[in-house]
Amino acid sequence: MRVYVAGVGLTRIGRLFDKGILDLAAEAAWKAIDDSGGIIPDAVVVGNMLSSSLQSQDNLGAYVAAGIGLRGRPAFKVEAACGSGGAAIYTGVSLIASGLAGSVLVVGVEKMTDFPNAVVTEALAQAADSEYELFYGATFVGLNALMMRYYMEKYGVSRDEMSAWPVLMHRNGAVNPYAQIRREITIEDVARSQVVADPIRLLDSSPIGDGAAAVLLVSEEVAKSLPEKPPVAITGAGMSVDTVELSNRETLDRIPAAAEAARKALEMAGVRPEELDVVEIHDAFTINAVLLLEELGLAPRGKAARLVAEGKFHPGDKPTANPSGGLKSRGHPVGATGVYQVVEVAMQLRGDFPGVKVPGAEKGLALNMGGDGSTVTVHILSRV
Amino acid sequence: MTEHQTRRGEGGVSAMRLSPAMLWRTRIPRYRLVGRECLECGRRHYPPRPVCPHCGSRRLRDVVLPRTGTVETYTVIYTVMEGFRDRAPHVIALVRLDDGTRVLAPLTDVDPSGVSTGMRVEATLRRIRVDGDTGLIGYGLSFRPLMEPRQGASK
Amino acid sequence: MRKSGIVGWGAYIPRYRIRASEIATLWGWEPGVPHGLGVEEKAVAGVDEDAVTIGVEAARNALRRAGVDPARIGAVFFGTESKPYAVKPSATIVAEALGITPNTMASDLEFACRAASEGMRAALGLVESGFIEYGLAVGADTAQASPGDVLEFTAASGGAAFVLGPAGDSVAVLEDVYTYVTDTPDFWRRGLSPYPAHGEGFTGEPAYFHHIESAVRGLLEKTGLRPSDFDYAVFHQPNGKFPLRVAKKLGFPREKVLPGLVTPHVGNTYNGSALLGLARVLDQARPGQRILVAPFGSGSGSDAYSFIVTDRIVERQILAPRVDDYIARKTYADYATYAKMRGLYIRTTF
Repeated sequence: MRVYVAGVGLTRIGRLFDKGILDLAAEAAWKAIDDSGGIIPDAVVVGNMLSSSLQSQDNLGAYVAAGIGLRGRPAFKVEAACGSGGAAIYTGVSLIASGLAGSVLVVGVEKMTDFPNAVVTEALAQAADSEYELFYGATFVGLNALMMRYYMEKYGVSRDEMSAWPVLMHRNGAVNPYAQIRREITIEDVARSQVVADPIRLLDSSPIGDGAAAVLLVSEEVAKSLPEKPPVAITGAGMSVDTVELSNRETLDRIPAAAEAARKALEMAGVRPEELDVVEIHDAFTINAVLLLEELGLAPRGKAARLVAEGKFHPGDKPTANPSGGLKSRGHPVGATGVYQVVEVAMQLRGDFPGVKVPGAEKGLALNMGGDGSTVTVHILSRV
Repeated sequence: MTEHQTRRGEGGVSAMRLSPAMLWRTRIPRYRLVGRECLECGRRHYPPRPVCPHCGSRRLRDVVLPRTGTVETYTVIYTVMEGFRDRAPHVIALVRLDDGTRVLAPLTDVDPSGVSTGMRVEATLRRIRVDGDTGLIGYGLSFRPLMEPRQGASK
Repeated sequence: MRKSGIVGWGAYIPRYRIRASEIATLWGWEPGVPHGLGVEEKAVAGVDEDAVTIGVEAARNALRRAGVDPARIGAVFFGTESKPYAVKPSATIVAEALGITPNTMASDLEFACRAASEGMRAALGLVESGFIEYGLAVGADTAQASPGDVLEFTAASGGAAFVLGPAGDSVAVLEDVYTYVTDTPDFWRRGLSPYPAHGEGFTGEPAYFHHIESAVRGLLEKTGLRPSDFDYAVFHQPNGKFPLRVAKKLGFPREKVLPGLVTPHVGNTYNGSALLGLARVLDQARPGQRILVAPFGSGSGSDAYSFIVTDRIVERQILAPRVDDYIARKTYADYATYAKMRGLYIRTTF
């Protein structure tokens, strides 16, 4: 399969009080369209989680497409909590792979800063089971904290070993002009930062922010008709789900949905994990990154944090993990993140990512997760 | 205008946050810790689902789960959701009941410093959610430290 | 002897306590005031507790002791003056939580501190008449008192529950009962008022003492029994002193009152008051002993019951936590924390 990335666009991430959903979506979308040389897409897919609960805005496909000047074509919202962006990409890829569309604009957009944190916290918790988790005040951070404590106790991993990841993320993000947080931190800073939901600390957690990212995907046929054929394509796509409620998971230190999604995507692309040059994985919390590295087969069980602490996955290593700074530092406007990841991997393969570069990257992986392991999409990008 | 602007002080249908129907249809699993047992693979699950999350079978029956168990893992939440400030920091645990079924619920009657993985706990009914001054009270599951069985006769 | 009795009993007292001295210091009471009431500390419901959750726990303990299938309970009476809902029965929540629904009577009763006892009388009557096989009477309160009012020293949280049924299954058979009520306005609360008002001294002689004495004397006259025939005398206990005074007036020695006196340790649990005292007596009573129980409720009225303990009590005493186990399970709260638990702060919801 080859779904070409003809254009990319993204906004800076931050508390952008003066920009609404349409402002953000338009900025990213038209950057992508311009980047593609002006391709007006056959269809629009919008990735977003919170418009319903925070902006009282449903019907988002029409709202965004028409609102940014693209009415008169199919458009719909795809929602999978924090995995909305990845699910939107998957949807765009399927529209092209199925022949229903020759070009698709996938735009991920999220506005999280319209209300105080307590309100946003409750809205985010809707990624969990409403009747049996959210009902009990189990916040999204809280559910991830359960997995973090379980992992650390089971594998004897220390606080400082876990902290190597956010330190790495901040170092990478510090030179990413689109990142929300551009400030290096130390291992001590992480251990000293406020407890959010024990053992998760503030510096384990991605920030709340607004942003939008967009990719313009085209089919083989359309790609061939362009003045220059795009050098990067999505060559593998995989998605899987697990129970939303943590109580019914097989075990708390696994994310089988990630293993399954990765397996399908890698198989489709004909790529082995050791061939990957760059990965952008979902680190909403440190524990997510640690577990996902293990699910991708890049680290043995219980060892991922230690490997990061020893320098593995740092710039210069293969694969380099989250050169963008990840959700932790680049930011996590939840429904948009999955699209940011694909944009960043595509730019790495094109050689024009404006932050930490992975020179000569040929194969990349983007992994986006919704909930605490309930929805995972994996996309493989290759230079073609 | 979002629900957050109508919610405080005005009551009425638009401000209702806890659904009467939702509370009613989930009351038995919440009040009595009723889960489901799969007639195919024998495993139990909670909360109850229409299909066994372990093996996919649709042949299930309701079961009253044991009320005692062990803390498998827990967290102490400081950034609490609205409605939980009065009990912050809020402790949530995954409890492995004595029949192996896993359940998520708050821990109560214990200070955060008194919580540990492996501690023995028992289920109790507590007030979980209150929908303002005019809405419903959502009662539900919580676990408290197991009161040790008494030795000998009382006096 | 009658055809009904207590088949199982249970108690529940929340974990938290506030010392009377904390309250006295904050509001500038002379330290002798709580001392004069005979109350050292009182139990406070936690943030996630209310009369319903207290009642459910006490009832669960009662069912454990009774060993009865909840589906065989045909009536649930919930007596409280701190109902979570003004309109919506607490009794149905208790019944649903314990698997007693749907084939049951269910009702919330109000008669200040005596409501649960009225429920006990009604349930016993239903058993006697053959309308039901077993009944459940629950008394639970998270009593409210205005901060700074003297009632604050004693208004506490707790509850007790009783499964009533046939004499042949009882740990304590009902010998007889006598009820005495008048319209006496000693203590009341209007609908929109958060706290009760009371007549201070008026709550003593014309209310508490007159009604308890009348009920007990009525019972003794009716049955021909004398104080010396009883092994235990349990009275409504708004403080640690009144029960001893009324016992003395009626001719019951102190030693017979002390086993059923719980208020000095946990405060006045209102509908749990006399009934927690009864539960504590049942925790330790021996077969053949005779128990007098005289609950009182403002407004006003009192019951006087005579129960005879049977052989069945011994094996059931250990089936659930005792009152003393709950008294011993405690954590102290300062006034600020107590105020948070009692919802005394005015807050916005964030």
